[in-house]
Amino acid sequence: VTAAIRRTVLALLLVLLAGSALAIDTETPLPDPAQQARYTALIHELRCLQCQNQTIADSAAGLAADLRHEVRGMVASGKSDDEIRRFLTDRYGDFVLYQPPVRGRTVLLWAAPVLLLLAGLATVGVVIVRRSRRPIDLESEPEGGGTAQ
Amino acid sequence: VSESVTTETSQERPGAWRYLLPFVLFVALVGVFSLTLWKIREHRLNIEEIKSPLIGRAAPAFDLPSLANPAERVANAAFHGRPYLVNVWGTWCGECRAEHGTLLELAKSGQVPILGLDWKDDSALAQSYLVGLGNPYTAVANDADGRVAIDWGVYGAPETFLVSADGIVLAKHIGAMTIDVWRHDFAPRIGGARP
Repeated sequence: VTAAIRRTVLALLLVLLAGSALAIDTETPLPDPAQQARYTALIHELRCLQCQNQTIADSAAGLAADLRHEVRGMVASGKSDDEIRRFLTDRYGDFVLYQPPVRGRTVLLWAAPVLLLLAGLATVGVVIVRRSRRPIDLESEPEGGGTAQ
Repeated sequence: VSESVTTETSQERPGAWRYLLPFVLFVALVGVFSLTLWKIREHRLNIEEIKSPLIGRAAPAFDLPSLANPAERVANAAFHGRPYLVNVWGTWCGECRAEHGTLLELAKSGQVPILGLDWKDDSALAQSYLVGLGNPYTAVANDADGRVAIDWGVYGAPETFLVSADGIVLAKHIGAMTIDVWRHDFAPRIGGARP
């Protein structure tokens, strides 16, 4: 029975994944595999503004198709990734990039994970220090004590 | 962590703030979220609207076939010298119908010429659309492949740009144009620039 379940689950997973094989991208692959790889990477990091929660690689919207065409053309004509990104941000703003650049407005965004990690470590540190100063037998010490206040 | 905090606090007779602080933070957060949701519902905030990087910069130049006569060209450079509007539309766009009356009214008032950019549209349909509803445009450029729309950072019709006499993009409105937007957001920007 478990084997049957496993098989069914596997089949369902395969069906779910099959969607990705139905290509939204109808652009002809670039002859140079390296260029094609750059093209694929780029369209996965650019936002489709018509349907704001998808990349232009995922979106079936008309604008996404136009932008894929544009990006493909620029890759083919030898533009660098940065030049292509700049072409798009010049027209659509930083919002077109899924990875926002570090700027005055986004410093907090980029620093937040590190800051939160430090805050977490500091909290853990404080808790450990407090506990280590406390008598080991907590039950017999109703006042708790040992806390630095 | 939360477990250790509770046992710790229960043994310490802590100040009331220890209990109140998370509650106050929670209420503050709910407040911020509610206010933002309210703003969205009241159309005071449009989270889908992205500020155009074009504002304050030179309007991207284009030279496209005219919708009315493909043998003729429509170039926005020909409009420089006085402020003008660039209105991106298409017959497939529902909101464009909603703003059409406003565009006709603006055109009739003679305050600014309106340059239409027919975005990825069927030319025959577009022409009959203008015959049927009236034509507010001084000229309509046919952007059949949407290449010019990309240059203008267009992502959803209708979009309307205000361009100054010297060809600088002054403002952009996304969604149906209204007389209110014209009066409050557009007209004041060209108050000094008009002859």
